[in-house]
Amino acid sequence: MDRTRRSFLKGLAIAGTSAAAAAVPVVSEASQARHAPEDAVGMLYDTTRCIGCKACVVACHEANDLPPDNRTDALHDQPQALNDRTKNIIKLYKEEGRRSYMKQQCMHCIDPACAGACMIGALQKREHGIVTWDPNRCIGCRYCQVACPYSIPKFEWESTNPRIVKCELCNHRIKDGGIPACCEVCPREAVVYGKYTELLAEAKRRQAEHPGRYVDKIYGEHDGGGTQVLYLSHVPFEKLGLPTLGEKSVPSLNRTIQHGIYKGMIAPAALYAVMGGVMLRNRKKNRDEEGGDA
Amino acid sequence: MSGHKATPVGGPLLTRTTGTLLAITLVGAALAIWRFAVGLGPSTGLSDGYPWGIWIAFDVVTGTALACGGYAMALLVYIFNRGKYHGLVRPALLTSALGYSVAAIGIIIDVGKPWYIWRIPVSVGKWNLDSALLEVALCVMTYVIVLWIELSPAFLEKWGEKSGLARGLGAFMDKALIWFIALGMVLPTMHQSSLGSVIMLAGPRLHGLWHTGWLPFLFLVSCIAMGYAVVVMESTLSSRAFGRVREDRMLVSLSNVIAFVLLVFVAVRLIDLVVTGKTALLFGAGGLSALFWVEMALFLVPALMLLAGRGHLGIGTMFRAALMIVFGGAMYRFDAYLVAFNPGPGWAYFPSVPEIVITLGLVAMEILVFIVLVKSFPILSGTRPAAAATK
Ligand code: SF4
Ligand code: SF4
Ligand code: SF4
Repeated sequence: MDRTRRSFLKGLAIAGTSAAAAAVPVVSEASQARHAPEDAVGMLYDTTRCIGCKACVVACHEANDLPPDNRTDALHDQPQALNDRTKNIIKLYKEEGRRSYMKQQCMHCIDPACAGACMIGALQKREHGIVTWDPNRCIGCRYCQVACPYSIPKFEWESTNPRIVKCELCNHRIKDGGIPACCEVCPREAVVYGKYTELLAEAKRRQAEHPGRYVDKIYGEHDGGGTQVLYLSHVPFEKLGLPTLGEKSVPSLNRTIQHGIYKGMIAPAALYAVMGGVMLRNRKKNRDEEGGDA
Repeated sequence: MSGHKATPVGGPLLTRTTGTLLAITLVGAALAIWRFAVGLGPSTGLSDGYPWGIWIAFDVVTGTALACGGYAMALLVYIFNRGKYHGLVRPALLTSALGYSVAAIGIIIDVGKPWYIWRIPVSVGKWNLDSALLEVALCVMTYVIVLWIELSPAFLEKWGEKSGLARGLGAFMDKALIWFIALGMVLPTMHQSSLGSVIMLAGPRLHGLWHTGWLPFLFLVSCIAMGYAVVVMESTLSSRAFGRVREDRMLVSLSNVIAFVLLVFVAVRLIDLVVTGKTALLFGAGGLSALFWVEMALFLVPALMLLAGRGHLGIGTMFRAALMIVFGGAMYRFDAYLVAFNPGPGWAYFPSVPEIVITLGLVAMEILVFIVLVKSFPILSGTRPAAAATK
C-alpha cells in the first residue's frame, strides 16, 4: 500500500513536469499571426471620394430590415452613431479647414476580438472570412462589446429578447450572388466591394497613382492584425476615429496565454492529481500522528 | 473527525436582523423580475459603451473573489496541512458556496438571454476554446455544485441523526471528500485567473496601468489574499455575533504566507510596468495613477502589518489588515472591469437605482441564508454554550 502510494506520487511529479513541458511549444504555435482566408472578401473605403450623401446608410437599413432610427427626430431616419438600428454610418470630421467623411461599420477583422470573446461561437468568422452572428448561440453576455477595439457590436437594450446588431457584410446578399448594399448604391465608388487581395492591390495602386493625395498608409493592412475592410484617407486615421492598435491582433495575447495553460487540459488535470495526491499524503500523515484516532 | 466539533448555533430564525434582510431580498427579487419585463435598457445604466456594470464588476468579479475564502482556506489547510478539518473550513466553504451561488444569480440577471445559458455546458462541439469567458462560465457552474458537495457533510451530519441513508452518505463523503476538495482547488485556480484573462481581451480599451499579460496571475494571487482576509473578518465577526471562540492561532500562523502573497502581487505589478516601459503612467495618468497607488498601498500596507506583527499579531491588527486587503482586492477588480475601462469619448456609466437595489438584495440574501444555515446546521465550531442562543 505504502509503496504504491509513493510511486503514485512520483508519477504525479512526472505528470506535472511533462504537462509544463508540453505547454511550451504550444505557446509559440498559438502566437503565430493569422492571415485572411483564401476566399476572403471585403470593402475598400476612400475618404477622398466620399461626398457624404449617406445613400449607403439608407441602403444598409433597407437591406438589413432595420427599423429607421427616428428616436431623436420622429420625421427622419437620423442615427447619431452606430446603434441597435444602425449597422453603417457616415460621420463628418472637420477641423482647421480640413474635412473628411468617415464610414463606420464592422471591420471584419482577420483575427476578430469579438469572435475570440464569444463563448459558443455566436460571432464567428464564417464564409469568405465574414464575421457573422448566430442568434441561436448568443446568450446576450455582451463580452463581444467589451472586446471589439472598434466598438462595433451593438445590443438591443430596449428588447426583452435582445440581439447583437452589427454589419455582417450583407452576407445574405453575397450568398445570392449580390454585393453589399452600401457598395451597390454608392454613387462615387467611395466604398467598393471585392476580393480582399484585389482590394489591397487596388488601394496600393491608387496610392501610387496619386502621390501626396493620401496618408502613406492603408488602414487595416496590418492594424490590429489586419482587417478585411480597408481605408484610404487624406487625413490622419486617428482623426477619423480609427484606433491605433499596432500590428498584433487583440486576441493574440489571450490566445498565447490561454492555449499555453489549457492545451489538452493537461496542466489542470495534473494540478488536480497533485492536489489530491498531496491531500492523501497529508491525511495519512495526520492519521499516523494521531495514532489511529479519526 | 478530530478536534473542533462544529455545532448548530441554534436560536430563533426570525429576528429583527433576518427580517430586515428578508425584506431587502424581496425588494431586490421584485426588481429583478421587473428587469426581465422591461429589458436591460430601461432598468440599468448600461450602454453600448459600458456593456458591463456593477452586476459583473461587483457581483461576479469581486463577489467571487470575496467568496474565495473556501478556496484559500482549503489550499492552506489541506495543502500546507495546517490542521485537518479545521474549524475555519466549513464557515469559509459556506461563504464561498453562497458567494458563488449569488454570482451565478447575478449572471442570470445580467445576460440578455439567460434562457439560453443551458446551451453553454451542452454545446461541447461549439465551444470556443479561445474564450476565457467560456472557461469562467463552465468553471463557475461546476464550482457552485462542488462547493455545495464540499459542504454536504455539514448537512448530512444533521440529517444523519434521523436518517440512515444520510448517515451512509456521510460516511462515504468522508472518504470521497478530498477528491471534491481537490476539484474545489483546481476550479478556482482556473477561473479566478481566467477572470483576469477575460478583461485582458479589452486590450487597448483597458488602461495601461491595468492591462498586462500578467492579469491572469494577478487575479489569481489577489483572490487568494482576499479569500484569506474574508476568513479573518468572518471569524472575528461571527465570534462576536454568535459568541464563538475565535480561530486566532490558525489565522496568525497563516499571516506570513499571506504577507508573501501580497508582496508578490505588488512586485509583479511594478516590475511589469518597468519592463514594459510604462513607468510614465505611474504618475502621468491623473486620477487613474492615484487609483493605482491606492490599490498598491492597500496591498503593501497590510503585508507590512502582518510581517511586523510576526509572533505577537493581535486580532485588531489582523482585522484591520484584512479589511485593507478586501478593499484593495475589490478595488483592483472593480477598476480593471469598470473604472480603467475606456470605450472612447462620449460614454459614461453610473449604476441605476434598480441595479444597486438588486445588488443589495443579492448581498442581503447571502447574509440571510448564511445566518439561517449556521443556526440550523453544524457549520461554526468552538462552542461557547448559552451565550450563543440569545442573539
Ligand atoms: S470590428 Fe469588431 S465586431 Fe467587427 S470583426 Fe472586428 S472585432 Fe468583430
Ligand atoms: S453577446 Fe452574444 S455574440 Fe456577443 S459575446 Fe456574448 S454570446 Fe457572443
Ligand atoms: S456591408 Fe451591408 S450591413 Fe455592412 S455596412 Fe454595408 S450595407 Fe450595411
